[in-house]
Amino acid sequence: MPQERRTLLRWLLGGGFTASVLSFLYPAVKFMNPPTVPEASTNEVSAGKVQSLKPNSGKIVKFGSRPALLIRVSDTEWRAYSAICTHLNCTVQFQDSTRQIWCACHNGFYDLNGKVVSGPPPRPLEEYAVHIRGEDVVITRRT
Amino acid sequence: MAMLATTRRISHWFDERLGLDAIRQFIAHKTVPLHSATPWYYFGGVTLFLFVLQVLTGVLLLLYYRPTPSEAYESVQFIVTRVQFGWLVRSIHSWSANLMILTAFIHMFSVVFLHAYRKPRELTWLSGVVLLGLAMGFGFSGYLLPWNTVSYFATKVGTDMAASVPWIGPPLARFLRGGEEVGGATLTRFFGFHVAVLPGLATLLLILHLLLVQKLGISSPPKVEAEHARKGTSIPQMPFFPNFFLRELMAWYAALGVLGSLAAIFPWELGDKADPFASAPAGIRPEWYFLAPFYTLKLLPSHVGFIEGELLGLLGFAVLVLGWVSLPFWGTNKQGFDRTHLVKGVAFALLAYLVTFSLLGYYR
Repeated sequence: MPQERRTLLRWLLGGGFTASVLSFLYPAVKFMNPPTVPEASTNEVSAGKVQSLKPNSGKIVKFGSRPALLIRVSDTEWRAYSAICTHLNCTVQFQDSTRQIWCACHNGFYDLNGKVVSGPPPRPLEEYAVHIRGEDVVITRRT
Repeated sequence: MAMLATTRRISHWFDERLGLDAIRQFIAHKTVPLHSATPWYYFGGVTLFLFVLQVLTGVLLLLYYRPTPSEAYESVQFIVTRVQFGWLVRSIHSWSANLMILTAFIHMFSVVFLHAYRKPRELTWLSGVVLLGLAMGFGFSGYLLPWNTVSYFATKVGTDMAASVPWIGPPLARFLRGGEEVGGATLTRFFGFHVAVLPGLATLLLILHLLLVQKLGISSPPKVEAEHARKGTSIPQMPFFPNFFLRELMAWYAALGVLGSLAAIFPWELGDKADPFASAPAGIRPEWYFLAPFYTLKLLPSHVGFIEGELLGLLGFAVLVLGWVSLPFWGTNKQGFDRTHLVKGVAFALLAYLVTFSLLGYYR
């Protein structure tokens, strides 16, 4: 009988100790997990004036908290993509000599449709729509 | 005479309280095996010396550094342009970090080629490999602190690699970044890791590593052991104090000379301030000790069969690291005989991979 009582006490002590440790660890782990900050979803941004970008050139513009790549392919043709490389999150750029989108980090290339041409990126770039409203270039998220 | 007597009295006072005589006796009897490969033993000590320099210069940098995106770059700029010898302190901190990782690598490979990981030193090996991992963690976290373009993109890539790990990847990346994107929260976290978490862990592991070295003594290569066993002689030993200790001090002095020259002649550059809305610049690459995995990831195509190239690369690195960490366990067969040829072959192959891919990553 005393042995059983001892075993019970051991279990109670061990269980209590484990529960205490867990009750200390739980808030610590939760504290380390950053809270989700609600971000206003950006669906449209103004990307500047039409004249600010020459044909066969590109520039990075803010699309909410993320970068977008606006390309003026010719006088009348515009393209816009998320500028975040689908490989490892670097910011891509337009290369006028090859007329391709290039990620300098791991040498990934996309064509002007955002599709992967060569290198390690696994997926195409997310495409945005470009609208010309008078003198202004407006980029919108495709629905 | 009176001074000598006072010193003795003070020493005796401490002896009575701390039992220093036992430590003195231990040091007096400690020896180091003497053979043609003995100079490789100095690299562990040189790594320790460089770690101490890291702590000292790091404490100095803390006097001026401010870990926020709006102030980090400017505070480092202030250190290197306005603070007296600030450029030198920062340069020594950066150069000694790189030299420390280099000497840690040399120390690790010398342990492998001298087969010092064998029973009963498995824990010494494991603690050493984890220490090297922590040193690379120091490098990765410290790299972001100046908040320049290269460090910003290196952190984006590094944390995104963590995000690619199945299941635990996304929460791990969020934990590292302090949010969804690399930003101010990441800088604050990395600063915390760099100056508090990693130094604490590294100090504990370093103490364990050094205690294990003291407890188990220094290993001799199997070749030397076999040669003396055949002759029926014992391996010649060098007293640790003062013979080995003074030689080690000379190695530290040489390391200090190399470090001082590098820091003064090639001051560590600061680069341009990070701009989250700028493209990654051409020629971007990580620190030299991450070049081999960087180039491997560059070479991998988007998909290999049904699996993404990036994930395949990560799996490959994980297998490589696990295989390397468990070396003491597969480096000996079931009968207890050392697989010295296999271990040497694997070590040469790994070394060849690291050197070749690092050079390719640097030049291509």
